[in-house]
Amino acid sequence: MKSMIKTFFAGAAIFVALVAFAPEVKAAGELDKIKEADKIRIAVFSDKPPFGYVDENGDNQGYDVYLARRIAKDLLGDENKVEFVLVEAASRIEVLQADKADLVLANFTVTPDRAEQVDFAKPYMKVALGIASPEDAPITDVAQLAGKKLIVNKGTTADSYFSKNHPEVELIKYDQNTEAFNSLRDGRGVGLAHDNTLIFAWVRENPGFVTSIDFLGSLDTIAPAVKKGNKELLDWLNAEIEQLYKEKFFNEAYDATLKPVYGDSVDPETVVVDGEIAQ
Amino acid sequence: MLDSVTSIFLSGRNMSRLLEGLWVTLEISIISVLLSMFLGIIVGLMMTSKNRLLLAGTRVYLEIIRVMPILVLLFLFYYSLSKIWGINLSAMSVAILVFTLWGTAEMADLVRGAVTSMPRHQRESGRAIGLTESQINRYIIIPQAVRRLVPGVINLTTRMIKTTPFVFFINVPDLVKVGQQIVEITGMRNVMASFWVYGLIFLIYFIICYPISRFSLYLERKWES
Repeated sequence: MKSMIKTFFAGAAIFVALVAFAPEVKAAGELDKIKEADKIRIAVFSDKPPFGYVDENGDNQGYDVYLARRIAKDLLGDENKVEFVLVEAASRIEVLQADKADLVLANFTVTPDRAEQVDFAKPYMKVALGIASPEDAPITDVAQLAGKKLIVNKGTTADSYFSKNHPEVELIKYDQNTEAFNSLRDGRGVGLAHDNTLIFAWVRENPGFVTSIDFLGSLDTIAPAVKKGNKELLDWLNAEIEQLYKEKFFNEAYDATLKPVYGDSVDPETVVVDGEIAQ
Repeated sequence: MLDSVTSIFLSGRNMSRLLEGLWVTLEISIISVLLSMFLGIIVGLMMTSKNRLLLAGTRVYLEIIRVMPILVLLFLFYYSLSKIWGINLSAMSVAILVFTLWGTAEMADLVRGAVTSMPRHQRESGRAIGLTESQINRYIIIPQAVRRLVPGVINLTTRMIKTTPFVFFINVPDLVKVGQQIVEITGMRNVMASFWVYGLIFLIYFIICYPISRFSLYLERKWES
């Protein structure tokens, strides 16, 4: 027992010493560094279609990736000068802080908490709530929900929005997306509320259901993120995105990547960002 | 049914992507297992020495590695090393480094166990006929200890191979991650996709690990006779 305690303290002492003598890591000339390496490292998802995924040929694809290639083209003159770092949702902040990627384009929703740890550029997409309901009994107005059962996922924006603003609606909560959607199919609720981007894709695959409300609640934006304090790259990105708004580039990205999944019935304006919202 | 199988594995480069993932898995496993065997023997012998400094050092190392989950070690070397000390290692080198550190610690403990379990008279007999300490280790202790080691080493090897999928948490696309990517894009059209893809991955791990345990059985039988 005594030797175990000794071992522990010896280990702890070594660890503390190493942390105490850590050199300062500085970030300077970020744009030059990228140009020198002649490639930009962009963190994207590898298994979240249609935003970021790897297709059957092993190529990265999706809405986020479409923007990533354009950024590489405008910064380095070639859309292939991008090295994709494949991230999990939980490591999106770490890859920037640990300098494993220059930029994150992984469906990263802007929140105040996250904005303290990374710097967000201007948004390239927006997301709000949507409601899916049966075609023959569509919920087109939140007022219809009073006293009825609505399906949501625990801890999502849909959950907090209805709990806070519409206590008259009875919520049925699930942990998993699959469970929630299955219970809508079984008729356990009159509708299901979730991110509209997810609702659009699900309704397309499930005939008999419609997106009866496509835009509800507070609007969240999705934006590129860079390491905190990397002002040089952030300024360049903001100017770039400003230019892309003018070109209607995000509508083009929508048509190429999201439209095949969402179908013609969805209004691109519910997802795509143009100049106005950025303010 | 055959259609659903061929459409997954034959569409695009899916099959060769899985093989590339397998190569990543094998590369990490083979390099770190071999390094662990080699370094583990050295550290293990250090643990049997009488030098107190050496004993304390190896003890601290073993205990730290043993209490730390592999995932924490991976994060520590991939993210924290870069964040705090500015040492930016590639994901692949972090994977090999962490698996080697872990394997070496476990291997060293196996070696220590095998050596110290050797009856004392073996060493004393060696001294009596005038062998030096290193000769005793080389000709008497090690050959016998190796036989006692085999089951533990085989167990460690297969355990290390089976733990490699953790590397996708530091963004290395190994066999399991590639399988997951394929399931995600074919899953919408083909409900059986996850069954076939994970089934194949099971088969591949079996093909790798089963011969290793057969080999250990063969060695044990051979030495018994």
